[in-house]
Amino acid sequence: MLDLGELGLDEGAHLLIKRALARDRTVTVTGTSPTLAIDLPAWCRTRGHALERRPDGYAITAGPDRWRGAERAGGDAPVAHPPARWGLAARGALVEAGAPELDLPLAVWADEAARLYAQAAAAQWDPATAIPWDAPASHPDEVEDAVVQIMTYLIENETAALLVPVRFLGKLHPQFREVMQLLAIQAADEARHIEVFTRRARLRRRELGLSTASGQASLATLFDEREFAVAAMLLAVLGEGSFLSLLWFVRDHAPDACTREVARLAAQDEARHVAFGLAHLAHQLAADPPLRGRLAAAIERRHAALAHTAGLNEEVFDALVVLAAGGWQPSAVRRGHAAVVALSREMDDGRRLRLGRLGFSPGDAARLSSLHTRNFM
Amino acid sequence: MTAIVLGAVAYDAKVVPIWEGFKAHFESHGLAFDFVLYSNYERQVAAQLRGELDLAWNSPLAWIQTQRAAPDRARAIAMRDTDRDLTSVVLVRAGSGPGSGAVQTAADLRAVGVGAADSPQATLIPLLALADAGARVEVVHHDVLVGKHGDHVGGERDAVVALLAGMVDAACVLDANRLAFARDGLFAPGELRVLLQTAPYDHCNVTALTDTPAIARFRELLLAMSYDDPVVRPLLDMEGLTRWLPGRTSGYALLERAVDARPR
Repeated sequence: MLDLGELGLDEGAHLLIKRALARDRTVTVTGTSPTLAIDLPAWCRTRGHALERRPDGYAITAGPDRWRGAERAGGDAPVAHPPARWGLAARGALVEAGAPELDLPLAVWADEAARLYAQAAAAQWDPATAIPWDAPASHPDEVEDAVVQIMTYLIENETAALLVPVRFLGKLHPQFREVMQLLAIQAADEARHIEVFTRRARLRRRELGLSTASGQASLATLFDEREFAVAAMLLAVLGEGSFLSLLWFVRDHAPDACTREVARLAAQDEARHVAFGLAHLAHQLAADPPLRGRLAAAIERRHAALAHTAGLNEEVFDALVVLAAGGWQPSAVRRGHAAVVALSREMDDGRRLRLGRLGFSPGDAARLSSLHTRNFM
Repeated sequence: MTAIVLGAVAYDAKVVPIWEGFKAHFESHGLAFDFVLYSNYERQVAAQLRGELDLAWNSPLAWIQTQRAAPDRARAIAMRDTDRDLTSVVLVRAGSGPGSGAVQTAADLRAVGVGAADSPQATLIPLLALADAGARVEVVHHDVLVGKHGDHVGGERDAVVALLAGMVDAACVLDANRLAFARDGLFAPGELRVLLQTAPYDHCNVTALTDTPAIARFRELLLAMSYDDPVVRPLLDMEGLTRWLPGRTSGYALLERAVDARPR
């Protein structure tokens, strides 16, 4: 028995009836709303409920239930192979049968994704206030030119780092919510990096630097990969890993506080991107050991595809030497050159270390690292 | 196999996906089916009478027009569960109650807002009820998409808007639309009251003028459509029903009277 009191169906009384019908298939309803006798039959008719007027009230018997056949879209942890029929439903939601199938076939997971996302969300910084744009600078013009060239190169690389994962993000099944969030915030990171690198490049110069054909060829190969794990290997583990060393180098040799902060903050974000790439690959390799062979093959394939290009990006290499030298005295150039050679070695060390963490033997790691593009990314 | 052809009136853009969905459903069950859309019921009725349609998804007024033109052949073979026992209500402003010196009974009404001129639920049947109650009123039409027999709810809504604005003394709407308008916030609870409710009447039906195995198969498939079927359910939701029922013609007497009483 459900007494609606004075509450009318034009004031929300249907909520009480629905609640009662969820418990009992037949519910007797009474009430004193002046339009109850008009509204109850009309409401029941549109819902497919049967209505019978009895001496003690209106007996409502529940009609068809649209939630029959509904299923849970996974639970706390993602389902390895979620069906397309779950569409955009939140993981753990009860999904009505018959929702349109959505072609989001990509499954990407890493247990660390939630933690890395939380870290990324907490570490977002505002380019307007985080960078000392007005910091004093007294370095020579040639060093400023070198900074502009390096920034131009960084923008190009960050554009690839934004677009390549986003192409996968657009196919990711929503079941992998934490990965979806992490890739989205990584894209936002890259957007911010592109902003600050551009702003730094134009701080004292009207025009940006050079974009080389070989540099572009190297980045273009990243767009060819169809498998997320392989793209993550090339972009995050090898590319962004090397990029991290490069940003630290710029930070350590920056001629002014503004350049230093730009590089430092970008490196902070990139470290998370590398961590996710490694975490995903570790997860994926545990489930699919033959992946290791495909990763090695992809590195070799990319090396072969780039064999005909000039390889080393001389403009960037030279700009890094000038940056580290800080001037044109022969002794300074020698010091700068040595620093860039050391950077290349450091990048190689980092790549071998990360490959080792993914289970590649020291020999394989050394060979594959040496095949990585000399364009750093 | 020649397809069985049904006529329907395009009172809303959703009519296309509804009948495309039904078509796919029938074809998946081996029944060759197609549909033709009309802009108004009069043209659809004429087409069926000329033998161009096997079936017509008719408004109650279109049913009466067909039934009167072909009394020996017209059959209502199916209808929605939501087509049975509808009522209309005449709404007045709540302030026009006893003691207000304004509308107390139907006889006090002067201007009454109704829906489209050819709407059974928002015009013909409530005007008959008002006449039966002794009202002699000036009728203010809100003609939205005439020819659609009131399938488009806009005329009823406009009548309520006119009532709220004080342009008319009453507005005639379908019982379920009163609830729908209240839910949309068109008026506040207690702002309007029901002066009069009509007797129950039936609404649309699928009309056939012949009896062929294909029509029998169509009816069988229609009645077997289940709300539990996730493929069919969105179609039923769009068409506003939870199950198809056999057609019945006992619920059209009120509209017949209203049609006959309509000034010509």
